[in-house]
Amino acid sequence: MKQPLSLSSKATCNTHGQDSSYFLGWQEYEKDPYDEIHNQGGIIQMGLAENQLSFDLLESWLSENPNVAGFKGNHGELIFRELALFQDYHGRLSFKQAMVKFMAELRGNKVSFDPSKLVLTAGATSANETLMFCLAEKGDAILVPTPYYPGFDRDLKWRTGAEIVPIHCTSSNRFKVTSSALEQAYREAHSLDLNVKAVLVTNPSNPLGTTMTRKELSLLMDFVIDKEIHLVSDEIYSGTVFGPPSFVSIMEVLDERKYDGHDVWDRVHVVYSLSKDLGLPGFRVGAIYSNNEYVVAAATKMSSFGLVSSQTQHFLSVLLSDDKFTCNYIEENKQRLKLRHSLLVSGLSSAGICCLESNSGLFCWVDMRHLLSSNTFEAEMELWRKIVFRVKLNISPGSSCHCTEPGWFRLCFANMSEATLDVAMRRIKEFVAEIVVTRPGNPASNNQRPSHSRPLTSFRSPLSKKSLAKWVFRLSLHDGRER
Amino acid sequence: MGIPKDGGNGLGAVLSKIATDGRHGEDSPYFDGWKAYEENPFHPAQNPDGVIQMGLSENGLCFDLTEDWMKSNPKASICTAEGVENFSSIANFQDYHGLPEFRQAIARFMTRIRCGRAKFDSDRIVMSGGCTGACETLVFCLADPEDAFLVPSPYYPAFNRDVRWRTGVQLIPINCKSSNNFQLTLPELESAYEEAVESGVNVKGLILTNPSNPLGTTLDRTSLRELLEFTSRKKIHLVCDEIYSATVFSSPEFTSVSEVMHEVECCDPNLVHIIYSLSKDMGLPGFRVGVIYSYNNTVVSIARKMSSFGLVSSQTQLLVASMLSDEEFVEKFLEESPRRLRARHRKFVRALGEVGIGCLQGNAGLFFWMDLRHFLKEQTFEEEMRLWRVIVHDVRLNVSPGSSFGCPEPGFFRVCFANMEEGTADVALGRIRAFVSKREHDGEKKRKWGGNKMLRLSLKPLRYDENNILTTMSSPDMMSPRSPLVRARN
Repeated sequence: MKQPLSLSSKATCNTHGQDSSYFLGWQEYEKDPYDEIHNQGGIIQMGLAENQLSFDLLESWLSENPNVAGFKGNHGELIFRELALFQDYHGRLSFKQAMVKFMAELRGNKVSFDPSKLVLTAGATSANETLMFCLAEKGDAILVPTPYYPGFDRDLKWRTGAEIVPIHCTSSNRFKVTSSALEQAYREAHSLDLNVKAVLVTNPSNPLGTTMTRKELSLLMDFVIDKEIHLVSDEIYSGTVFGPPSFVSIMEVLDERKYDGHDVWDRVHVVYSLSKDLGLPGFRVGAIYSNNEYVVAAATKMSSFGLVSSQTQHFLSVLLSDDKFTCNYIEENKQRLKLRHSLLVSGLSSAGICCLESNSGLFCWVDMRHLLSSNTFEAEMELWRKIVFRVKLNISPGSSCHCTEPGWFRLCFANMSEATLDVAMRRIKEFVAEIVVTRPGNPASNNQRPSHSRPLTSFRSPLSKKSLAKWVFRLSLHDGRER
Repeated sequence: MGIPKDGGNGLGAVLSKIATDGRHGEDSPYFDGWKAYEENPFHPAQNPDGVIQMGLSENGLCFDLTEDWMKSNPKASICTAEGVENFSSIANFQDYHGLPEFRQAIARFMTRIRCGRAKFDSDRIVMSGGCTGACETLVFCLADPEDAFLVPSPYYPAFNRDVRWRTGVQLIPINCKSSNNFQLTLPELESAYEEAVESGVNVKGLILTNPSNPLGTTLDRTSLRELLEFTSRKKIHLVCDEIYSATVFSSPEFTSVSEVMHEVECCDPNLVHIIYSLSKDMGLPGFRVGVIYSYNNTVVSIARKMSSFGLVSSQTQLLVASMLSDEEFVEKFLEESPRRLRARHRKFVRALGEVGIGCLQGNAGLFFWMDLRHFLKEQTFEEEMRLWRVIVHDVRLNVSPGSSFGCPEPGFFRVCFANMEEGTADVALGRIRAFVSKREHDGEKKRKWGGNKMLRLSLKPLRYDENNILTTMSSPDMMSPRSPLVRARN
């Protein structure tokens, strides 16, 4: 019988993953956000992978390039009307040319990109979903190494009907993808009656902050060749690689191994965005790059559902065409990320906390297993709640990224000032000291708490691992913010 | 090229069905017209014999107003010296709720367009990638694959893509009749609904475009009420695409669904949704400002989550918020734009009337619905296409044949008038006159225009005035914008 007032099943399911109770952390942050001057006792946001370190570079570029502001073209002519009317889903050529030039620069010019193979989308969120619509459907599976960006549950699965089957990676080998993990995931998909269509990796990795080695990339290529499936490489953090080893894009491997003409040439696709490298998530600039003309054609038509504003395309085409600017920006941005990263790592280290050795991204993958009361996800949640409510840091628990081992957390470092990071590190240090002191059996235990803390409120009872595993925590999503 | 896994299936095995099934609708033969234009675009000085674009529904009549505003309001752009202080916070802003000032400005604008007869709540404003994104997102929220929406025909062709392509939802046209000026009647709706249900289709709702594309007419209050009452009784959704709401240039006054909801007793607001965009009213399709406005809280919440797939650039949100918050500008624009549309519409319809071509009496939109049935040798769609090719290749006007809108009767064409300079309009009219006169001269049978009893001219024919049809033009870029569906020129 038809239900009255019914909405779609997509509207009533929770595959978007935004109803998870992990939003507690976000809610708390919203109620009590840290401010260096006005709210020094507030919660510090460390769950948001944003790059706020290099806006000054963009702002000075703007002050030196007033033409862009006035919607003026290369010769000073007013182009407002042309921009206002420009809705061609192929995008502005000048912008795509500038984008591919920038993408090549980020890869040390070891590869070059053809603008006609670039499809513009409203952010990487849209790029990933669009690519999934092109490659997969209900009954299909995408293999994704864990831990992975929680938003993939929404982007890859929600409206497309595809499923994600995890490729389990562990700390035993620093979460690298292995052959056996790939094969196991493939088998698992088949045991669930799913047809594997693609492997999707994020390189550099979110949440690990590491780049994939050539060995890993080769392994992936061999795997997708053998299984005749697609490979999607989300390279959204390609411009955040601040230390060795240098970034190797899948496109480089494709080139090096001279796969031009081979089947697999048409089955490797790259996703990109300016949200992380340039710190411009508000502008919604994403892209799909593919050698497969059918994917490009289909994705281009689909991009109608989320084109990049022509105003934004114009501004960025001028910015990214400026070689001097891009060269300087890429270098300077990396230096700043490197410094900030080292501050976080050393700050944590002085609290006896280690991080996964990393060379990229806007976050660290932090090992707090030793702080768990037991090696369980319940204990991870318990620790996480303490960190949110008592230490007053909103960080992201590993289970939200589908990590198979409890005790790992992602901490972001590029969305705050150095001073704020400093405060965060002090708070953690105090917290750790307190845990050590108050561990059962320690005769020196006392009940002193750091001055900024408040009593823990009561929480829901710990959940079973099974229900936790089902949840997705869109860490930056409480009020709609991405990644 | 990728080799399909199972060998015989082309690329279908390698890509999804959605990527290869052609349901986006862009492979239709109508693209001949676009191609003809692309290969030979009109320019008054450089290519005066080229094809004039009359198939693109764009509002180019008021750019001077928006340009002046831009020049006078540098703070609206985060790239200017005046506005750069906002750069970092705006560039960083990706909250899918949108900038509060953006939502408030849009809500106020929509209220103002309806002269305050309905008030819009900024908390219900959900962003989308243009109306294209709004339509698809709403369908994702309301319907599952194989469910159906009814739509009166003729209708905007891209609904085939927006409603159906990636959602798997069906679109069932309800054939409207020229004898009734193609207005949807309650009996027609009832009959289409019953037929669909009897054949086992799960009808989820009705989509109305009001003002109508391609007809250029508005729904009268009584009809709108009746349709809303029907959907309410059947407990199906009513989606109103009001993208042309501010292009109403003559009576009757525009009545939005938002105004009649309280007049329909059984109306359930949870079933009423509006989609909107600034692309037509403001002439800003490039900025991709789409809106879903739903009276259903769950839909608002879910659509907002889905809007992540097509948010409005924060840079553009700020610009739009600033512009639409300027009440003086908005007042001036909403007065001037319809006035210019009316003048341009009148110019065309009068001139066509003088050569015996009738148009549906329209009061809105950026186009008119032209009746060329008397030009068809036979009342068939093949004849319509033949005539269309003549218009495109010989008369060199890219107009849109009625069949591309699913029109159930051959011989009608949609002609856009607001996307060109005055001089180009004159050239187009000159060509039409020449074409008609040539037909008469060639001895083709001409039916009396008075025989077209179905459609009325909007105005009585006037004495024919010779106009100076060539004027100095500005750059070609400003003249005939390209279709979004055609490859960009380098």
